[in-house]
This record gives sequence, structure tokens and C-alpha cells, in this order.
Amino acid sequence: MTKPQAVDTRELRARYPDVFDRPASARLATPAMIVAAFAIFVYGLVDLDFSPSRFLAGLSQLGWITLMMIPPDPGSSLPVYLKALGETLSIALLGTTLAAVFALPVSLLAARNVVPSKLLRFPVRRFLDSIRGVDTLIWALVWINVVGLGPFAGVLAIAVSDFGAFGKLFSEAIEGADQKQVEGIRASGGSPLHEIRFGLLPQVLPVIAGQVLYFIESNTRSATIIGIVGAGGIGLQLAEQIRVLEWQKVSFLILMILVAVAAIDFISGKLRFAIIGKRAVA
Amino acid sequence: MTTAVSILPEQQLAVLNAAYRQAVGRRRLRVLVGAAIFAVALLLAAIGAEVNLRTLFTYFGNFLSYFDRIFTLDSGQRVWTDAGEWFWGWRKWLKMLGETLLISYVGTLIGATLAFCLNFFAAENTSPAPWLRFVVRRLLEFARTVPGIVFALIFVIAFGLGPMAGVLAIAIHSTGALGKLFSEIVENADMKPVEGIRSTGASWLSCMRFAIVPQVTAGYASYALLRFEINVREASVMGFVGAGGIGQELVVAIRKFYYSDVSAILLTIIVTVFIIDISTGWLRGRLFGREART
Repeated sequence: MTKPQAVDTRELRARYPDVFDRPASARLATPAMIVAAFAIFVYGLVDLDFSPSRFLAGLSQLGWITLMMIPPDPGSSLPVYLKALGETLSIALLGTTLAAVFALPVSLLAARNVVPSKLLRFPVRRFLDSIRGVDTLIWALVWINVVGLGPFAGVLAIAVSDFGAFGKLFSEAIEGADQKQVEGIRASGGSPLHEIRFGLLPQVLPVIAGQVLYFIESNTRSATIIGIVGAGGIGLQLAEQIRVLEWQKVSFLILMILVAVAAIDFISGKLRFAIIGKRAVA
Repeated sequence: MTTAVSILPEQQLAVLNAAYRQAVGRRRLRVLVGAAIFAVALLLAAIGAEVNLRTLFTYFGNFLSYFDRIFTLDSGQRVWTDAGEWFWGWRKWLKMLGETLLISYVGTLIGATLAFCLNFFAAENTSPAPWLRFVVRRLLEFARTVPGIVFALIFVIAFGLGPMAGVLAIAIHSTGALGKLFSEIVENADMKPVEGIRSTGASWLSCMRFAIVPQVTAGYASYALLRFEINVREASVMGFVGAGGIGQELVVAIRKFYYSDVSAILLTIIVTVFIIDISTGWLRGRLFGREART
């Protein structure tokens, strides 16, 4: 066995100055960033009126609320809640479908391999971006102004805000499609519409169907919250019961939402698998 | 050069054609049945959601003219002709916007810290006990599934009106979302360093600190930044339920029909979200870039 060789650290130090004597700026960067992040954090706590006493008082209040929530109990309004849950699921399904139907043609306009002109694509993309920049809740408020309180406003809110998201996702799916099939159609004398129908759509429809199912799933969650501003569904009941401090009903409603979301997750997972098959689920 | 296309004899062709027709027919039938089920579901949903096409057609003009109105000043001019009048409240709005950003910053930081503490217990490969993993995972799932604004509604009652409720709601929701993502990073980490450190007799805590954490920090930072981006959007609507931020101004403007204010505040929010998106994207690129070089 050989003894480990004595290492001349001085020589190593001279040879690799980057490792042994890092410049002060590199050594200070991480601590400086941490200190800055912490300073902003403390400033934020002060500016947002955080105080230990308020926090503790709130916590004890919260503990009391949690105790009041047990056991979950719908009282006599179970039928109303079930109807509201149905309304929520309807909002999610209809809103997502509407959005997908309207987004498909627009997404073709935003895809590079369908519309080569950048001048034409640019406004379409910015339009979709700005729709996406506005939250679903804000759209719900706007639609309530237009069609009045109720679930219909919720459907339209989800449809509009998903329209922006779908437009982007669909156009990305279309851009990822294989061009060879389109060329094949063109070579056999197909018109541009034939190219889209027989060359592109068969490739992208499974991907799009997977995305739509995924959005129905996530919109079940969104649909529960748009009720809070008055756009129908179970969120409306939830917000009302919270405001009148009926905690047992609140916990029952939250449980209902959790169960419904889990059920929809399960069903759409199965469906997605059936549609896309063994391929990776998008 | 000519190529001969060979055509099969009639009987052979008939069998193949029949098989083809049957295969296509079966697929068409399946699609048709699927479409029928979907149509029935849509119809039921339309009844459930009280869809009224007549209302839509009567009021659709309102929707378009709404956008016409929010871009018109009280004086009847277009908003962009008089920016000073359009953004008359910019001092107040900027202050509220700053509050919104602070809410999402503080909320993200608290959420990321909690997620950092919890995720080692939730990951398959580092959790000290199966029951602990089960409990922590269910806890994170709960925090993730209940929408942030529902937490905000409850916290507004417990902690009082104001940004504190918004911060805590965002923190809890971020804990759930980040905890899951963080634990997935840990599950992908290389376990050899852990073995090396455990073989020196180190405790579980030292194993995490010296074997896992150095591998995962860049991934954590990237996800936390992404979460911050999402939380800025989320914080902009927290004001709807009284949990602070610019949402409060927006909901007042929408409900009281201060049309030009609506467009001004919306524009401020969209531009801010846009700037945050770009800058965190740049920062994430730099973090990952540095990671790739070492």
C-alpha cells in the first residue's frame, strides 16, 4: 500500500486560484442575496401590519373556528348544496368546451407552420396573451355586469379566460406536429384546408383532447371560486356560509369540493389515458 | 423509368377491403357513441348552468360596449388622449400594486420555507417513517386543493381585514404546491452522497444538509420563482375578499362602474404581471445557466 502523497497546498493554491481564492465578489454574492431577500421580507412584514400579538390572536381564533367546524354537517340544506355542486361541474364542463371550440380556429392563426407570416401571427398572439393576463375572477366580475348574477356569467368567464390559454397551448401542439403528412397531402393535390383537415388535425386532436380534459379538471377548482364574486355554483354557498359563520356547513362544503375534485381527477385521468393511449400524458 | 403498380386479384382484394371497412366502421361507431355521450353531458350542463342564449344575444352588445365604455373618459374622449386624466389615481394604485407585490413576495417566502421544511418528510427516499410520509403528503394535498381565496375568506375572519390574511392564504397554498414539487426533486436526487455521509455515522439531519440540499437548491429556487410569478396574479385578486392588494381598488371600480379606472387598473396589473414574468424568466435562466457550468 502506498502512503498518500504529501500535497503541496501552496503550489495547488498558485495553480488554481479560482478554487482557493475566489474573488470577493463571488464569495459575497450568495450571503448578500440572502441578506437582501431577508431585508425585503422584514420590510414586507412591517409594511403589511404583521405583529406577533395579532398573529397569535388570529391563530387562537383560527383554532376556535376549526373546533367549530367539527363535525361537518350540512344541516337541512344538503339538496341545495348538491344542486350547487352540479352547477359548478356544469360551469366547468360548458366553459371549457366553449373555450376549446372557439380557440381551435384562432390557434391555427397563431401557429407558425399554418400562418408563416409573422406580421399576421403577432397580433393574434398578443391578443391571446392579454386575455390570459386577466384573472378568471376579473372576467367573472365583468360578465356579471353584462349578463347578471348567476352561473351563466361563470360559464362565460371560464370560457373567455380559457380561450386565451387554449389558443396558446393548441398553437404549440400544432407547431409540434409532423410536417411530412401535410406535405404528403399537398403533393397529392390537396387544398390548404385539406392539409389542415387530413394532415394536421389527426396528429393534434389527441393532444388537444388531453389538454381539454386536463382543463376541465382544473376548472372544477376555478369554478368553485368564481362563485365567491357571485357567478353561481358551490363557491356562492361557501362564501355565504363563511360570512354568516356557519362553520359546520363550511367544513361540509369544503369536504364536498375536495371529494368532487378528486372524483373528476380520477375520471379524467382514465379518459385521458384511453384517448392518448400509452403515450405520455401531456 | 416506369414503375408498375401491382394490383391484387379480385378475391384477395375483397377480403382486405372488408376488413378495412370493418376496422374503420368500428372506430367511427366508437367516436359517434363518445360524441353522443358528450352531447348529452353538455345538454345537462347547459340546463344546470341556466344557460340562456337569448340573454346572451340580448346582452352580448353590452359586453362589446363594456370595452368601449372602459376606454372612454367621463368627458367622452378616448382614454389615451389624456393619460393624466386616465391614470389620475396612479399614486394610490402604485402603492396598492407595491402592496400586492409584497404580499406575494412574503407569502411565497413563507410558503417556500415551510415547503422546504416539510418536503424531506414527504419524499419517498428520505422520509424517516412511512406514517410520517403519509401524514405530510395528505397535509400538503389539502393545502394545495383548497383554493387560496377560500383560505383568504376564512383568514379574513380570523385575522381581520387586511393584507395579513392574504399573505397567510398565499403562504399556505404555496406550501402545498411547492411541497409536492420539492419532494419530487428530492426523489430524483442521487442517493450515493447520502450513503457516503451515512457511512461516516452522520445523523439524518446531517445527511439531508450535506448530501441532499446541495443537489436540490437550484431546482428549489427555480420552482419558488415560478410560484412567485403565479402568486402575483393570485395576490391581485385577493383584494376581492378584503385580503389586501390592488384587487380592492379593482373590485370597487368594477362594482361602482368607474369605467376608465377599470381599464387603467387592469392595464397596470397586466403590465406588472408581464414584467414579473420576463424578469423571473431571466433570473431562472441565470440560475440554471450557472448550475450547468459548474
